[in-house]
Amino acid sequence: MDRSGIDDRHRPRLAVWKFASCDGCQLSLLDCEDELLSLAGAIKIANFLEASSAVEDGPYDLSLVEGSITTEHDARRIREVRRQSKRLVTIGACATHGGIQALRNFANVSEFVAAVYASPEYISTLATSTPISAHVPVDFELQGCPINKTQLLEVISAFLTGRKPAIAAHSVCIECKQRGTVCVMVQGTPCLGPVTHAGCGAICPSYRRGCYGCYGPMETPNTAALAREWRALGAVPRDIQRAFRTFNAMAEPFFKESAAHGD
Amino acid sequence: MATRTIRVDYLARVEGEGALDLQISDGRLVAARLSIFEPPRFFEAFLRGRGYMETPDIVARICGICPIAYQMSAVHAIENAFGVTVGGQLRALRRLIYCGEWIESHALHVVMLHAPDFLGYPDAIAMARDHGDAVRSGLALKKTGNDLLRLLGGREIHPVNVRPGGFYRVPQRSELEPIAERLKMARDQAVGLVRWVATFPFPDLERDYEFVALRHANEYPLNEGRIVSNRDIDIDIADYESEFEERHVAHSTALHSLLKRRGAYLVGPLARYALNFDRLPAGVRALAAEAGLAAVCNNPFRSIIVRAIEIVYACEEALRLIAAYELADAASVPVEPRAGVGFGCTEAPRGICWHRYAFDADGTILTARIVPPTAQNQPSIEADLMAVAAPLVLEPDDVIRDRCEQSIRNYDPCISCSTHFLKLSVHRT
Repeated sequence: MDRSGIDDRHRPRLAVWKFASCDGCQLSLLDCEDELLSLAGAIKIANFLEASSAVEDGPYDLSLVEGSITTEHDARRIREVRRQSKRLVTIGACATHGGIQALRNFANVSEFVAAVYASPEYISTLATSTPISAHVPVDFELQGCPINKTQLLEVISAFLTGRKPAIAAHSVCIECKQRGTVCVMVQGTPCLGPVTHAGCGAICPSYRRGCYGCYGPMETPNTAALAREWRALGAVPRDIQRAFRTFNAMAEPFFKESAAHGD
Repeated sequence: MATRTIRVDYLARVEGEGALDLQISDGRLVAARLSIFEPPRFFEAFLRGRGYMETPDIVARICGICPIAYQMSAVHAIENAFGVTVGGQLRALRRLIYCGEWIESHALHVVMLHAPDFLGYPDAIAMARDHGDAVRSGLALKKTGNDLLRLLGGREIHPVNVRPGGFYRVPQRSELEPIAERLKMARDQAVGLVRWVATFPFPDLERDYEFVALRHANEYPLNEGRIVSNRDIDIDIADYESEFEERHVAHSTALHSLLKRRGAYLVGPLARYALNFDRLPAGVRALAAEAGLAAVCNNPFRSIIVRAIEIVYACEEALRLIAAYELADAASVPVEPRAGVGFGCTEAPRGICWHRYAFDADGTILTARIVPPTAQNQPSIEADLMAVAAPLVLEPDDVIRDRCEQSIRNYDPCISCSTHFLKLSVHRT
């Protein structure tokens, strides 16, 4: 029995870890307002610092990892997390692709430190922001900035029952069709939906704007063809570079496409 | 010499990562230090060279708990630089979406993160076993705030609908009606929350704070106002840097903000409430009195009551805005970039969030400066820790540690947004 009075000998143990991030993806778990108490009954939340000061040692059945690796300390910490975790799932664009803070990878980090901090010598940072998979083996990557909480519950359920998560890898376009949203590109608005991983539910086009790619690349995206369409709609190379180089700039298809369009 | 060190390496129930160090020498507390070791992400550096239209989407990522605060301060700064004014129903909708963020962020903190401290639980899930109704009601309240955010913003974390000039899409009246019904229930749940938290045991501590908040001619402040204090500050937001400065200290990746002339100051619910009590509706003021609050509250532990009061206010304000809502002619007003500098300052749930951007003629950012609320409160948190821990030096480390952690959580510190994490150490000499 634990403090909550629930017999937890047979409950799987969950841990949530944070690296460089905005906290939004782990907040998605607390945003499951209707499911949180029953989830906490079905699994043992053994380590989730944002929500609880009761921290239990590993090993853990499932670790959810938010954030990217930007310091030597975190590069060591993620190896320890992996060692203690039976399964490790990254949640969000930072953990999966390095996040927006990976924009430093295209710049000189010392200049970045000097631009923000009066005493650069106090700041210890790596020159790059890298995804978790660059450091340790990852069992599944849930994309999104932020992740979709329904998909998060699916991933947790799948891993705890030993099956593959049912997360579609097609584009946002399919989601627009599913919800009956008229294509914004045919109305003249540049959109990253055709190359972007589904999962958000195609929110931006339903708010009359183009997708800005926060879920990262779908499987096998044709980014070059989309860039040509953007040009035809009047976008200049700088617009295309910025669009591919924002929240998932280090995801390989987006990285390559952004490099093909200069200022 | 007997030295005692108390250290908390990872503070729980705060958003982000930080640590606390206390140094006790010969039975006297000599230093309290809040270290934030959230790895730096360099927003102000990589914003340079980005376009004004991308800015609200990018700055949202500073904080997953209060993205609207960053988006709002940014769009106001952009519009200020380009000479654009957003009024009428578009202004009202900005206030409405901000109410959603106040409700979800405050409900998260009051019920899930802070209440367990007062009642002796490690978390809200354990607390739910004995206080199930209160936790379920708090979750429902949080959900209503998130639903309002989702309706107006597209999603609750990193909303997509905010843009310079207004919104990408504005709702029909009929879309707002179902959420209004939910907000009426939320208002009652929030009143219940005020009455519940008012019964908590509060440590006796009165601090002589310099409160800093926005003040508006006739509204409780969210998006607009002058920066004022209970001493002598009353300035335009563009003059912030004449009175305030950021200092970089070795123990923290968050910059410390200080009043140039007087040092530590406090932003957030206690400051807003003290400086704008007269802007609250009479019914909310009466509820505050019933909960034992005067017009000014100097006990940082009672900030949990003030936060709950602000949830009631945000529900009522949201209902007022919805009742007066009419569909605007266009979802945004035209925005034409021009070279210049713009300032934005809005009331994030944790206090004022100040932005300054310089743009070139096509609206590309040349320089950016963002001062989040937790950076401003950090010196005040350390001063509170000295006051809280000093009388406890003879107590065991656990007692000191628990009280200090609770004291830090009084601030709802959002350490990720310190754009720049927490450990507790007590050093006894």
